[in-house]
Amino acid sequence: MNLSMRWLSDYVDIKMSPRAFSEAMTMSGSKVEGYEVEGAEIDKVVVGRVLSVEKHPDAEKLVVCQVEVGAETPVQIVTGATNVHAGVMVPVALDGSTLPGGKQIKKGKLRGVESNGMMCSLGELGLTAHDFPYAIEDGIFLLEEDCQPGEDIRSAIGLNDTCVEFEITSNRPDCLSVIGLAREAAVTFGKPLNLHTPSVSAGVEDIKQYLSVEVQNPQLCQRYMARMVKNIKIEPSPRWMRERLRASGVRPINNIVDITNYVMLEYGHPMHAFDYQYVKGGKIIARNAKPGETITTLDGVVRELTPDMLVIADEKDPSAVAGVMGGEYSGINENTNTIVFEAACFLGSSVRITSKKLGLRTESSGRFEKGLDPNTCLPAIQRACELVELLGAGEVIGGMIDVDHSAHEPVKILLEPEWTNRFLGIDLPRAEMVRILEELKCKMDGDNIIVPSFRADLQHKADIAEEIARIYGYDKIPVTAIRGVAAGGLTDYQKFERTISNTLLAQGCSEVATYSFISPKYYDKIRLPLDSKLRNSVVITNPLGEDTSVMRTIAIPSMLEVLSRNFNNRNPEASIFEIATEYIPTKPDQLPEENPVVLIGMYGASTDFYSIKGIVEELLKVLGIDGLDVQAESSLPYYHPGRCARLLVGEEELGTVGEVHPLVADNYGISTRAYVARLDGNILFQHANSEKAYHSLPKFPASTRDLALLCDEDVPVLFIEKAIRQGVGKVLEKIQLFDIYRGQQVPEGKKSVAYTISMRAADRTLTDEETDRAVQKALRILEEHGITLRV
Amino acid sequence: MKNMLEQIRQKAVSELAAAHDLKLLDALRVKYLGKKGELTAILKQMGGLSAEERPVIGQLANEIRTFIEEHIDARTAELKEELTAHKMKAEKIDVTMPGTLRAIGKKHPLTQVLDEVKEIFLGMGFDVAQGPEVEYDYYNFEALNIPKDHPARDTQDTFYITDNILLRTQTSPVQVRVMEKKQPPIRIISPGRVYRSDAVDATHSPLFHQIEGLVVDKGVTMADLKGTLEIFVKHLYGEDSVVRFRPHHFPFTEPSAEMDCMCFACHGEGCRLCKGEGWIEILGCGMVHPKVLENCGIDPEVYSGFAFGIGLERIVMRRFGIDDLRLFYENDLRFLNQF
Repeated sequence: MNLSMRWLSDYVDIKMSPRAFSEAMTMSGSKVEGYEVEGAEIDKVVVGRVLSVEKHPDAEKLVVCQVEVGAETPVQIVTGATNVHAGVMVPVALDGSTLPGGKQIKKGKLRGVESNGMMCSLGELGLTAHDFPYAIEDGIFLLEEDCQPGEDIRSAIGLNDTCVEFEITSNRPDCLSVIGLAREAAVTFGKPLNLHTPSVSAGVEDIKQYLSVEVQNPQLCQRYMARMVKNIKIEPSPRWMRERLRASGVRPINNIVDITNYVMLEYGHPMHAFDYQYVKGGKIIARNAKPGETITTLDGVVRELTPDMLVIADEKDPSAVAGVMGGEYSGINENTNTIVFEAACFLGSSVRITSKKLGLRTESSGRFEKGLDPNTCLPAIQRACELVELLGAGEVIGGMIDVDHSAHEPVKILLEPEWTNRFLGIDLPRAEMVRILEELKCKMDGDNIIVPSFRADLQHKADIAEEIARIYGYDKIPVTAIRGVAAGGLTDYQKFERTISNTLLAQGCSEVATYSFISPKYYDKIRLPLDSKLRNSVVITNPLGEDTSVMRTIAIPSMLEVLSRNFNNRNPEASIFEIATEYIPTKPDQLPEENPVVLIGMYGASTDFYSIKGIVEELLKVLGIDGLDVQAESSLPYYHPGRCARLLVGEEELGTVGEVHPLVADNYGISTRAYVARLDGNILFQHANSEKAYHSLPKFPASTRDLALLCDEDVPVLFIEKAIRQGVGKVLEKIQLFDIYRGQQVPEGKKSVAYTISMRAADRTLTDEETDRAVQKALRILEEHGITLRV
Repeated sequence: MKNMLEQIRQKAVSELAAAHDLKLLDALRVKYLGKKGELTAILKQMGGLSAEERPVIGQLANEIRTFIEEHIDARTAELKEELTAHKMKAEKIDVTMPGTLRAIGKKHPLTQVLDEVKEIFLGMGFDVAQGPEVEYDYYNFEALNIPKDHPARDTQDTFYITDNILLRTQTSPVQVRVMEKKQPPIRIISPGRVYRSDAVDATHSPLFHQIEGLVVDKGVTMADLKGTLEIFVKHLYGEDSVVRFRPHHFPFTEPSAEMDCMCFACHGEGCRLCKGEGWIEILGCGMVHPKVLENCGIDPEVYSGFAFGIGLERIVMRRFGIDDLRLFYENDLRFLNQF
């Protein structure tokens, strides 16, 4: 809402800097976004009277003018404009002046003739022909104002208003108006509010001779008022009106359209004007649209209507979409002779749905949908007629039509001073509360507050508390600490997530944050089969674009996306992680499961499969997850089939780790080996164990034995390890793989795997026999699987 | 014999002085003091001495033994020092060369500041609560006093999954979920992702983070709201932060407020950073609307509460001077490693 300070001064006397005004209004609840002083950029531009126009001696297209600018001697200005002649008044930018956009004007010579300034066009002053309809846009602005040479152009043409921009919250449609803001300003500054009751002369005929109104759906149309004006003279509205419209950000059109806009801005209530000759049968009907019905709205677009939409129709066709936009054919034009003014009150939610369905948001719909006061219809329509008379725009026909189905019982709320004080943490006397409420135009009836009809937002004692608080001053409410004891803290799961994060950070992985929604095409990019269950995502019905249209069922594409971006931004290496969420659909009309997953991604010269696996192993160790089993996995489409492992505890899968399938890496434009791990957060949490207990440090020495074992190439070392573990039994302290050898002395298809096995007992030094026996047992088990000691 | 002993002393002194490595010193120790050494050999001949001479020579021999021992020790120490000094000289390195990094990873800047915020509130006795991102319309809107076709829905352009399921546009639904499950006293914050259909640009993202806060108890006042949030801001931005609360509107709080912080750059004068206002909006807050308490089964005549919602991206951008919100989700390591 843009407020003209000049307009505001009709209702409340505010004399202060725009800054002080803005701050105080903001603090009382009408947030000011900024303000603009009109013509602030214009400097040293004055009114000039052209005394003479002579041909330029050396240029055919230029003329030399002598212009009186209020100084003793006229200034000489050379111009190429063709519409100046002796006697006209023009804006003159003097030597050293500034125009909108920061343009500087300096004296100079044009084809050898001195020119000491510039005569300005509308555009050069930042104006258009809408602001001054008598002027042309492609020539000098010939002033038809009452002004004197030398006068500052801003005051001469009224370009000196201040416009304050408010951000009005959706609960206060009453403040989308000059009067509404005047009311707020009056309360804020403790000034009287000078409201005016519009008056219209009686008029000769009676509207009922011309028009009848039928409201078929009183639920959607709570009130419909109409007045008529005949013998309309369509012409530009007067300057004061154009100025106020312009300062409010509305383009002046003609007197009748301007009047409807003026009233809307002043009262916050949208008005509509129909051309009476197109109201067939002299009847206005507020009804629901018929199936298949269409209307061409004022913007020239054909709109299809649905039966839940309210239209204003004549006997045959709709002539307006109620509260949204008028129809083209009943609009006002130069040939309009008789008009119908409409001031109605339509149900907000209905206007909102209609405007949404039509994809048509207008100044009018934006106001109606917030819920307007039916009682404003009367002053609004009266004001419109008053302005018609004031402007001499036509003859107002006597009488009015008022179909009123609105509720007239005002809202009553009990004033509870004690509760209010307790709620706000203040100590304000009841009398002071009453004073504030009365200034806000509430009336007191004993302990009951009678809420004015334009304040539909006041329904509850909490609303009253807010009114009292904001006028008393939020800044005056004391600052206290919350009482009582509370032991806040993280849950076990939150601590678990923190441990994951800290462990991965300590291992050099940086944390990333990715979008939860992806493109369904990303499932192709990771080569998910067409029948994969993971392709069944939670789908956004109104996405911004395909790229963000489904909730990911698997976070791997998000991780690959980040690796890809870093790779393509030429970051030589990356180790990253995210604790992400995957969204798995359940049943229709039920929420999906939101599963936490730990994603790790890596690439770079010093990275291989074992680097990422090592990070995962360390993470599992820190989380206290014991009994990890690792199996080769070759069926997941996004992993290299020979370089992927499934991590299990018992039967349960913790996750997977592997090299990204080269075709997938290709799809992401990653032309190096990349590695990804994905761990299921819920399952990790189930198996995690944060309990720690002290084991006494060993008192007896360990015995170690080195074993070089010969086995088939495809035997996983984990298998050998498990066999050793089983054979050596409980004296086993640690198995350390230290070498894998292929080549001389090792037959084709075999490998030699070397371990250091360390054994220890807590209560004694192991004898050689004991250790030998343990190792022998392990060797026997290995032999059963064709794994032999290498000699 | 006496002469012989003196000769040994002389010889040992000169040989020790000439010895330039530790092995040689060891050899000299053996040569003079060992079981088959020169001194021992002389002592063995003492049997042929007279009773008067024997103690005199014996004493002299012991004296010389001690003398040589001390000399060897001293020379050893001296030589060790020399050798060490030499070695150190040879081992000199350029200490200005860069160290070998064992770099730790960096927390995402959003998490860094979120962790700070969490710590502040944990310290004030808050719990951290979580709720689903894909949420029922009821929790996101209706229970929060925003019925269907309420104009406030327009300001939060919503991604819908079905008519009744959507991507939450705010973390406020967690308030409802917590209050449904638990009777007061309640003190929670709930950080998380929220979604609004805003096209991506430097200041908008269809996904961003909010931190919801909720306090419900007997006798909670608006003064408590101001106090709690002032403490929060002073922890986050420093003791000298100046805040103001100004009226605003949220359907689920009444009274509602927005909290501004005095612009750090211009201290309230008005500058480019604060768009000339002198203040920067930090968060929205208010007293929980009694209807919302009722919707959640909490008696508003007995309990009252306040709630607040902080936009995480906004405070992180301000903290680090980040001017483009897209950077958070692009995850370029050159960006992430700066924090």
